[in-house]
Amino acid sequence: MAAAATSRVQLFRRRLQAGDEAAHLLTLLFGVSILLITVLLVWELWVNSALPRQKFGLGFLFGRVWDPVAEQFGALPFIYGTVVTSAVALLIAVPFGLGAAIFLAELAPARISSALTFVVELLAAVPSVIFGLLGVFILVPFLRTTVQPALQSTLGYLPIFRGPVLGVGLLAAGVVLAIMIVPFIVSISREALLAVPAEQREAALALGATRWEATRQVVVPYARLGIFGSVLLALARALGETMAVTMVIGNDPRISASLLAPGYSIAAVIANEFTEASSEMHVQALIELGLVLFLLTILLNGVARLLILGMGRQGGRP
Amino acid sequence: MKTRFILRKAINALMLGLTGLCALVTVSVLFFILGYLLWNGGRALDWNFFTKLPSPPGETGGGMANAIAGSAKLILISVLVGLPVGFMAGVYVAEFSGKTMAFFVRYTTDLLNGVPSIVIGIFVYAIAVLPVKHFSVLAGGLALSLILIPVVVRTTEEFLRSVPGPLREGALALGARHWQAVATVIVPAAARGILTGAILGAARVAGETAPLLFTSFNNRYWSPGLGEPSASLPVMIFTYAIAPYDDWHRQAWAAGLVLLGLVLAANIATRWILSKGLSAQR
Amino acid sequence: MKTLVPLLLPLMFLLSCGGKPPGEGKAPAEGKLINGAGATFPYPVYSKWFDEYHKLHPNVRINYQSIGSGGGIRQLQAGTVDFGASDSPMNDEQIAKSATPPLHFPTVIGAVVPVYNLPGVTGDLRFTPEALAGIYLGTVKKWNDRQIASANAGVKLPATGIIVIHRSDGSGTTFVWTDYLAKVSQSWAAKVGSGTSVNWPVGLGAKGNEGVAGLVKQTPGSIGYVELVYAVQNQIPFAAVRNQAGEFVKAGLDSVTAAAASAVMPDDFRVSITNPPGKGAYPISSFTWLIIPSAIPDPEKRSALTGFLQWMLTDGQPVAKTLGYAPLPPAVVSMELKAISQIR
Repeated sequence: MAAAATSRVQLFRRRLQAGDEAAHLLTLLFGVSILLITVLLVWELWVNSALPRQKFGLGFLFGRVWDPVAEQFGALPFIYGTVVTSAVALLIAVPFGLGAAIFLAELAPARISSALTFVVELLAAVPSVIFGLLGVFILVPFLRTTVQPALQSTLGYLPIFRGPVLGVGLLAAGVVLAIMIVPFIVSISREALLAVPAEQREAALALGATRWEATRQVVVPYARLGIFGSVLLALARALGETMAVTMVIGNDPRISASLLAPGYSIAAVIANEFTEASSEMHVQALIELGLVLFLLTILLNGVARLLILGMGRQGGRP
Repeated sequence: MKTRFILRKAINALMLGLTGLCALVTVSVLFFILGYLLWNGGRALDWNFFTKLPSPPGETGGGMANAIAGSAKLILISVLVGLPVGFMAGVYVAEFSGKTMAFFVRYTTDLLNGVPSIVIGIFVYAIAVLPVKHFSVLAGGLALSLILIPVVVRTTEEFLRSVPGPLREGALALGARHWQAVATVIVPAAARGILTGAILGAARVAGETAPLLFTSFNNRYWSPGLGEPSASLPVMIFTYAIAPYDDWHRQAWAAGLVLLGLVLAANIATRWILSKGLSAQR
Repeated sequence: MKTLVPLLLPLMFLLSCGGKPPGEGKAPAEGKLINGAGATFPYPVYSKWFDEYHKLHPNVRINYQSIGSGGGIRQLQAGTVDFGASDSPMNDEQIAKSATPPLHFPTVIGAVVPVYNLPGVTGDLRFTPEALAGIYLGTVKKWNDRQIASANAGVKLPATGIIVIHRSDGSGTTFVWTDYLAKVSQSWAAKVGSGTSVNWPVGLGAKGNEGVAGLVKQTPGSIGYVELVYAVQNQIPFAAVRNQAGEFVKAGLDSVTAAAASAVMPDDFRVSITNPPGKGAYPISSFTWLIIPSAIPDPEKRSALTGFLQWMLTDGQPVAKTLGYAPLPPAVVSMELKAISQIR
C-alpha cells in the first residue's frame, strides 16, 4: 500500500516537473530564437562586408573619399556627418529637454505636469518620415531665409557658420534630430527627477536654498543617472535616424567645418545607395558602413551601462 | 547679505522661468506639427485619397488606397510574428529562466533594439529578398517584427515582474504548477500592460520607413497575398515629398496626417487602457 | 482573450485577400505582377504607358518603381525584378555578370537639361560646354562668372554663388550628363569621368530626377540637371546649350530627334548620342532603355512583356510625344520589333 502511494507521488511529481519543463523549454525556444536572430544579423553583416574589409582594412574608417567609379570607399565623411548632426542635436535638445523636465517635475502642478508630459510623449511617437516632411517644407526654407543668414551676419566669422546659405545641411539635420529626441530626454529625465526622495529636496530647502538652488545642487545630481541614461538613449536614436536626415542633410559626402554645409550620414547613404549600388564592392562597402553604425550604437549602449553601473556604486539612486 | 539674497532670488525666478519656457517650446512644437499636418493634410484628404490607386505623375485624382492597405498588412504581419515571439521570450526571462540565460536574452534583446532600422532592412534583404529573388510584403513585415520584438520583450518582462508577490504566491498556494500560475494568473494580471506595449510597438513600426525600402519596396497596384511588393504610407510619404509635383506634395501631407492620426490614436488608446486597469485594480 | 478571437477573424481575412476592395480582385484572369525598376528619367512616360496598357489588358499589371538607373541594373542582376530600365546602357562588365544575358530596348529619346533657379532673371540662359563643366567642377563659382556672362550678353546675372545640385543615387541621367561633360571637357574626363555614380567635386545630392527638380525649385541660386519632362512639367526654367555646330540649342522634340538622327544604331541597341555633330541637335540627348532578360522562364510574364513591347513600339510612341519625349526613329522601331523575338 505504502509503496503504491509513493510511486503515485513520484509519478505526480514527474508530471509536475514535465509540465513546467515543457513550459520552460517552449519559452526558452523563443528566447533563444532572439539570440539566434541577433547572432545571424551580426554574422550576415560581417560576412557580406568581406571585400572592402580585405581591401581597406581599418583604413576604411579613416578614408575620406567615397568614389563608386574608382571603387575607393572611405567611411570618414559619413561618420563625421553622423557624429556632428547627433552632437548638434544633443546640444540643442539637452538644455531644452532637461529644462522642460525640471519644470514638469519640480514646478508644475501635478495635473498640468502629467497632461503636458502626455503631450511630449506623443511627440516621441511621431514617425520620423513626418519629421522629414516638415523638415523639407518648413524647416529648410525657414533656415535658408531667416536663421542661417542671421547666423552668418552675426557670427559669420566663426568657421562653423561660413559658406553658402543652402537651408539643407548639417545644421538642418541637427535641428530636426533635436526635435525628434527631445521627448526622450524630457520624459525619462522627468521620471528620474520625480523619483528623487522628497526628503532630499526638503532638506535642501530647509537649509535655506531657493527652489532653483535645491534643484540644481541636490535634486538633479541625485537623478543624474536617469538623466544621463536619457541622453544616451536619445543619442542612440539620433545616430540611427535615417529618413528625416536624408531629406534635409544635403547628401554630400564631404567633411566641412561649417554647419551650414551639406553632409551625409551613414544611415542616409545606405538608404540612398543600397538598392542601386552598382558593384559588389559598393554594396559590401555600404554593408560595412551598416556594421560600423551598429558597432557605434553597441559601444554607446555599453558605455551607458558601465557608467550607470559605476554611478550606482558611487551613490545616488541605486 | 541682503543683495546676495536678492540676487539668489532673482536667479531662482529667472531659471525657473527659463525651464517653463523650455517646456512651453517643447509642447508648442508638437502642437505646431499637429496643427500644420491638420491644416495641410486635412485640406488634401478627400475620398480619392482613401479609395484610388496612385496615378501617373502630373495627373490628379490619384490616391493612396493601396498604401493604406499595405501598411495595415505590414503592421498585421509584424504583430503576428513579433508579438508571440516577444511575449514568450519575455515570459521566459521573467518566469522560467536562470540568471545567465536571462542575462544573455536581455542583452541580445537590447542589442537588437539598438540596431538602426536601416541595418535591419539590409539584414532582411539578405535573408528574405535575395534568396527568393523578389521584394515582398512578408519581408517587410519580418523586418518590422524584428523592430517590434525587443519592445514586446521588455514590456512583457516589466509588467510580469510588476505583478505583486501575494498574487503569485496565492496561485502557487492553491496548488497550481508554476506554468499554470503563469498562464492563468500572472499573465492575465499583466495583460493590460503587455497589450499597451504591443500597441505602442505596433504604432512605432507603422511609421518606420527605412527597413521597408529594401524589403516591401513599393507597388503601384494592390498587393494581394504575401509575396509581392507593397506600397506603404511611410514610403509613399518619402517618395512624394522629395518629388517636384505639387499634387504629390498634397497627398504626402494627407498621408502624413493619416499616419500621425493612427499613431496618436494608438497612444491615447493605450493610456486609456492602462488607466482603466489601474482603477479596476484599486 | 475571448474578445480577441472575433477580432482575429477579420484580420485573417484582410491578410489573405490583401485588403483589396471587393470589386477589384474579381477580374477573371488576374495576372501575375510584373516588377520593374530603374530610371527616373522616363518615369512619367513609363507610368503612363503601364497605366494605359493595364486599361487595355486588365490582367497585366506592371509595377514600375523609379529608383534610378543604377538601381534598375542592380536589381535586375540580383533577380529581384523582372526587368530593369536605364538611361545608361549596361556596360560589358555588367552584362558579363548577369545570370541571363540582358537585351536592351530603346523606348524613347529624352534630353537632360540644365535647370536653374535665379529669381529676377527672365529669359533663357545659355551655357557653353566649358561653363557647364566649370560649374560642376567647382571652378566656376559665381553666376556672373565670365564663362557664363560671355554667352549671356544682356542678361543681368547676380554675383551670388552657384549652388550645384546633382544626383545622390545611381542614375542614368547622371551617366548621360557626365558622359557629355567628359566628351567636352578634358579636365572633367580626367578628374571625374562618367558613370551612374561619380565622385562629385561639388554639390548637393538629391534622390531621383524628382529630388533634383524639387530641390532646384526650392533653392534660389541653384543649378541642377534633370530630364526635360521634369523641367517642363514643373515649370522650372532650363537653359540652352551650345552644340558641336556652334548653335545654342534648347531641348525640345525637334532638337532631340535631330540628335538621334546622326546615330548609327548597333544591333544590341547600346549607343550614346551625346555631343553629336549636326545642326539643330541638342547636345545632351539620350536614348533610354528597357532592359529585359533574354530568357524569361515564366510564360505568362514573357507574353505580357513581349506584348507590352509590341504595343509600346507602335501605339505607345504617340503617347510619349504628348508627354514631351521624342519618339524613336522608324528605323529603330523596326529593328526592335524584330529583336523582340530574341526573348525566349
